Parts: sequence; C-alpha cells; structure tokens
Amino acid sequence: MNWSAISEKFDRIRAGDTDFLKKIRGLRRRLTLLLAVVGPGLITSNVDNDAGGISVYTQAGAQYGYALLWSLIPMTIALYVTEEMCARMGVVTGKGLSDLIREEFGFRSTFFVMITGFFVDLANVVAEFAGVAASMQIFGVSKYIAVPIAAMLVWILVIRGTYRQVETIFLFACILYLSYVFSAFLAKPDWLFAGKQIVLPNLKFESGYLLMLTGLVGTTIAPWQFFYLQAGFVEKKVGPRQYPQARADVLIGSISCMVIVFFIIVCTAATLYTSGHRDITDAAQAAQALIPLAGKWAGILFAFGLLNASLFAASILPLSTAHVICEGLGFEAGLDHKFKEAPIFYWLYTILIVVGAGVVLLPNAPLWKILIFSQVGNGIWLPVVVIFILLLVNRRDLMGEYVNTITFNIVAWATAIAMIALTLVLTYTALFQQSPPPPS
Amino acid sequence: MDIYATELMGAKTYDVDGHYVGRVREFFVEPAEAPNRVSHYLLSRGSFQPLVAKHNQVASVVAGKMELSVSERALELYRPNESWLAVQKDLLDQQIIDTRGRKVVRVNDVDLTPFRTNGNVELRLTQVDVGLPGAVRRLLQGVVPYAVVRKLQSKLPQSAIRWEFVNLVEPDPMRRVKLRISHEKLEDLHPADLAEIMEDLSAAERQGIIASLDEETAAAVLAELDERLTTQIVEKLDPEKAADILEEMAPDAAADLLADLSKETSEELLDEMPGQEADEVRELLGFDPATAGGMMNTDFAFVGEASTREEVLEWMRGQELNFDQLDTIVLLDGAAQYSGTVPIARLLLAAGDQRMTELKMEPLLSVPANADDKEVFEIFDKYNLRMLTVIDKENRPIGTITVDDVVSKLVNS
Repeated sequence: MNWSAISEKFDRIRAGDTDFLKKIRGLRRRLTLLLAVVGPGLITSNVDNDAGGISVYTQAGAQYGYALLWSLIPMTIALYVTEEMCARMGVVTGKGLSDLIREEFGFRSTFFVMITGFFVDLANVVAEFAGVAASMQIFGVSKYIAVPIAAMLVWILVIRGTYRQVETIFLFACILYLSYVFSAFLAKPDWLFAGKQIVLPNLKFESGYLLMLTGLVGTTIAPWQFFYLQAGFVEKKVGPRQYPQARADVLIGSISCMVIVFFIIVCTAATLYTSGHRDITDAAQAAQALIPLAGKWAGILFAFGLLNASLFAASILPLSTAHVICEGLGFEAGLDHKFKEAPIFYWLYTILIVVGAGVVLLPNAPLWKILIFSQVGNGIWLPVVVIFILLLVNRRDLMGEYVNTITFNIVAWATAIAMIALTLVLTYTALFQQSPPPPS
Repeated sequence: MDIYATELMGAKTYDVDGHYVGRVREFFVEPAEAPNRVSHYLLSRGSFQPLVAKHNQVASVVAGKMELSVSERALELYRPNESWLAVQKDLLDQQIIDTRGRKVVRVNDVDLTPFRTNGNVELRLTQVDVGLPGAVRRLLQGVVPYAVVRKLQSKLPQSAIRWEFVNLVEPDPMRRVKLRISHEKLEDLHPADLAEIMEDLSAAERQGIIASLDEETAAAVLAELDERLTTQIVEKLDPEKAADILEEMAPDAAADLLADLSKETSEELLDEMPGQEADEVRELLGFDPATAGGMMNTDFAFVGEASTREEVLEWMRGQELNFDQLDTIVLLDGAAQYSGTVPIARLLLAAGDQRMTELKMEPLLSVPANADDKEVFEIFDKYNLRMLTVIDKENRPIGTITVDDVVSKLVNS
C-alpha cells in the first residue's frame, strides 16, 4: 500500500468521524436548546401535586382502589391544553397573564381577580404549611419547630436566591417526587390490573365516586398556576422561536405530574384499599398506615414526598401571588427591588408567609374550614381565569399567527367547560354537603 | 380645580339649552393639533349613534357633569380616527415610559387641568397617575359619590408623572406617526437604562422602539440588552436596518450577537454590511467564545513606538475613536510587531517631545488568541489590568480585551 492510499483511508475515517461527531453535536445542540427553555412547565405542573393534591390522590386510592386511574389521561390532556395556551401567550407577547388581563379588561376586573387570588392563595399556603407540619410529625418533629423553620427556609431561599438558583432548586425538588415511585414499588401493587384500569374508563354513578373525581380535577388544575407558568416563560425571556421547546416543556410537565399521581394512587390502592383502611382523610395518615402494610421505608418515603411537595409549593405560591398582584395593579414588584421601592410587594409576600405559617401554629386552628375555603376559592376563581385566557389567546392583535386554531379552540373550550362544571360541583358540595371529619 | 379622567368618564352631558345629550364614554387628544389638549369627547346615549363634541364646544366641566356651549344639533356623528389618542383605550391601564424616572409604569388615571379660552373650557392632560390614589379612584368611581372618593384618595401618597416626561409606547409604526410619538427623549437616556426599560415591555413594543431609534442608540442598547432578547429583536428587524445597527456596534459585540443567530440569518446580515466591517466580524466569529480571541475587540488604537506625545495627540484628534472607553494605546515597533501599551494618563503627563517607548507599561503583557478565558481572567486579576493585548503567531496585535469584557463574561458565566 502506498502512502497516498493510506492517507486517503485516513481522510475517509476522519470524514466519517466528523459525520458522527456532527450527529452527536446536533443532538447535544437540540438538548441544550430544550434545556435553556425547560423549567416553567415542569415546575408548574409538579407544584400542582402539592399538599392538598396529595391528600386527594391518597383518598382516591384508599377509597376506590385503582378505579379512578382512567381519569388521569383526560386530566393530562386538560392540563396540557390549558397550560399550553399560557405558555404560548407568554412566549409570543413577552407579558405576564395579569399584565394582559389588566390591559385588555381594565382595572376593576383585574382588581377582583387579584383580590380573590390573594385570599385563595393564602388558604392554599396554609394548606402547604399544614402539610409540612403533618409530614414532620411522622418523623417525630413537633410542628412548633418544623413550621417556623420551614417558613424561614422559604423566606431565605427567595430573598437570597437568584431566579436561576431558585429554578435549579425547584427542578431538583421535581426529582424528589420520585420518592412516590419507590413508595409504590414497595407497596407491591398489581401492575397489570393498574395498567388496565388506566385505559378502561370505569365510570360509576354514585355520589361519593363522582365527588372524588371532581376533587381530583379541582386540585390538579389550580388557577394560580397559569399566572406562574406564563411569568416563568417571560422571566426566562423565551421567544417565539423557542416556542416548540416551551411546548415540549409543558407537555413533559403535564405528563410527569400525572405519572406521579398514578404512583400515589397505585401505592395507596395496593395497600390501604386492599387491606380495608379506606377511611383515610389525609396524606400524613396514609403515610402512617403504610408502615405496617408495606414496610417502614414505604411510609417514610411517602411522608418525605409530602414534605417535599409542601415545601416546594410553599416556596412558590407566596412569591408568585405577590408578583402577580403587584404586576396587575401596577405596583413595583420583584426581588431586584429594595423594600422601599416595592413596599406593597414585600408586604404581600411577608403576609402570605407569616399568616400562612402562623395559622397552622394556632392551637385549635380551623384547618378543615380553611381547606374547604381554598377549594371553593379555586372553584370560583378558575372559571374566570380560564375564560380570560381563552379570550386573550384568541385575540389576533395580541397573538398574531399564534392565535388558537379552530380545532384547538374546540378542545380548549370543551376542556374549559368540563373543568368549570366539575369545579362548580366540587364547590357546591364543599360548601353544602361535606361535614368535618371526626377529630383524629 | 383639576379633574380626573375617572371623574370625566361617564359624565352626564347637557347642551346649551339644558337638554341631556348623553354620557362621556371616551375622550381624545389629537397630538397633531395640540400635544396635550383634549380635542374631542365621545358622547353616547342608549342606542342612538354616538356624537362627538369638540374642545371649543364645552362650556364647563365638573366631576360627573359637562355642559356644552352649543346645541345638540351642532354636534357631529362620531367616526373613529386613528390619529386621535383615546385616553381610555390607549392610555389607561397601559404601560408608558417615565423618561425622568427611567422606568416603565402603568397608568391608573390621568389628571386634567381646565383652561378658559374664549368662553369655553379646554382640558389639558397635565400628569398621569401611577400610584395608589389613581387605583382607588378607578376602583370606587361610579360606586361611591365623587366627594367621598376625592376625600379617600387625598390621604394616600401621591405618585404621578408630568405629561412632558411621559413617553407612549405604540408597536404599530403607522399609528406611531399619526400620534406623533417620537422616541427622541429615549435617545437621551443612558443605553443601559433604556435596555432595562425595554426588558419590561412586551415583545412588540420592544421591536417598535428599536426600529424607531437612530442606529447609534439602537446599537448601544442592543449591546446592553439580555442576549436572549437581542436575538429575538434582530431576527425580526428588517435585514437592512439590522445590518446598519450592527455596523454601529463594536465588532466584538456584533460578533457576539451574530453568534447567537441562525447561520442563515447571520450570513444574510453580514452580506448586508460593508466589506471591511463584515470581514472583521467574520474573523471574530471564527474564534471560540471561551478564548481570548472570542472576547477581544478588533477596534483598538495603536501607534508607532517611536512617535512623540505631540504626534500621538495630533493623530488622536483626527480619529473617530470611542473616547469614553479608551484608556490604553497599543504600541507597534518598526516591524509592525507588538511592543507594549501606554495608558492615557501617562500620555497626559508626558512632555511634548517624549517618545512612546519611554512611557511603556512594565511588564510587557499579551495573550495569544487561542488562550483560555480562565487564563485571561487570571492575568487581569494578577496585574490589575484594565486592558490586555491579544497577539497572533507573528506577534502582531490583533485585538484588545478590556476589563468590561471580562466583567460581563464573569457575570454571564
């Protein structure tokens, strides 16, 4: 073989090499593009699985076993459809949802949306700190120690951290939801049956079952999340060119949220439902009941999941609420301002945390009533927000070529109406039919 | 006494004979005629066609009540007009730029001052309310009597912006011309302030502002803006305009910007740019951003080492250098190779006939273009530099890295 043949061969190898490298680089480029955008969708959907949500999923599994699993697929679609519209608005207009509502619907509408939001979110914050208290009690820590420390942690994280750091911590918190997956495996469920139940609708027309179904929808799709999601994309400065990645983020978020719900329901169905512990009323009780049934670790992981979810939501809710209200009403907002420049923002933020954590510490606090109030509040608030979203996303002067297509509109309005109907039923029953549980 | 827009909205209007004409539903300013005078009032009554009263047909205005100086028959039918600024639709609840406070604020209410002219009353926009009092008025007006609202809001801290300092944001270029909106006042702001303002606006509004600024200001603002926004803006600009702006930017800033764009867009823009500038930028684009070459600026001042202070100053006067940023001059020896640097302060204090070689900084520092950025940071830190020269293989200076390049690199990594 002469020299030129050898060098030619080397050239060929090198060419093939670069081709392969190019492919890898292309893949890596696409991944970086996605990672630059990922965050808001994943975080928002996962925060939906907060303390209140986990309680409802636990009850759903404990009372009806695998029978409610089929609702997860339609719920994923509903979550995706509504969140995608907000993501699209944020990406296209570069403005937050409360900004858009203010500009298009005027001061008074915005004011009422915001003030309702404040009280509903406050009730939700109380529920999150109650979740912290309940889960730490399983680890043997008194709530008088756990809740103040949690409140301090939340406060420091947000005041001291930059958006990027906070987002990294939140993304890490999303991973911690996997504790429910381990918990479910330890519970040794009937996977084949669970798999069948997820695709076969199993609608029962009895009031308790329907109520549980509405509860699932009501806690999974909360109105405040739309504001947070849209603000997240605006804050990350995601533009129309990155819209496909933003959409992927929302899709991944919606699916991962529902996967976690699946494992929670499966875990409790395999243990509590099968062994007859069907009168569980909250997640902490479930964690305790799991210990004798599926082992110490299943219970601990379950309680840890609850703690993570509660802390996670308690970090996001007060900040997001203060931000949204100030933005909508035109007050300075944001952590890059000093207290003197944005007093209303800091006051709202502080009130939400202090009152939210404080109520849990009150002896004989009417936590049950507050939970009902947060559900009713969400129910009243959700239709208004969803209708605003649908009206805004159909405005050609705002959205240009990104307005809803007719097909998307049909799906979106159908979803909205179904969601509104279900939450109204939930609101009604929460107001008039539920009685407080026996003191535990 | 001043009257607020919220008090005028919905005001019952009577003509000269005391007949009820309708309620004020909107009012307009015609900037082409007078920059802040309320020129037209839209009056509507039930299902009748809305009428419009002109500024010279109004006899008196108080909260909730307006009297005309003509009869109803003298009023014209309302026809929408793009060159009228609608206070309710275009101003209330919208974002404006406070050019004195250098920030973006949202309008809660508008203060109007009445002026008597020829027996009529003209209202002029004097300031926009962006604080709590305006918010309270917006919330309560029409629900609670005017006097009570006035009393309530007067106790709150005022926060208003005089109309002269208000800069409207209108994304539609046609409408901007009709409404006589210029962004001249914005050009007086520091580019960094303007960049921060732009970040608070919507995508369309940002686009509108950049398109209407002169190229020099636009270039300075783009260099300050978050790079994620810069790429979005440049992609949507008319390529010719974008190339003009890039030309005004320092080559390193232009290269940074183009590196974030898609290959086709950046090639298209480079083709639009004049040859020499485009070549400089192309050359910079060839460097890895994480090396000295990727950080450097090819626009730098260099003189022969044998020249005297007088000669150098004479030469500088004739150059179009960026004197706000210039603080070090690069020296070349007879073979056009790098021979050192002279800080401007040393030049300032030297005698007129002193040669540059005598003023050189010690030790002689430089980095090759492929040096790692970490290495650059270390040299800056160790020798407390403000500027470092980048050389090629033949020891010729090809660019300089200044301390602001280092700072922005450190902040963004």
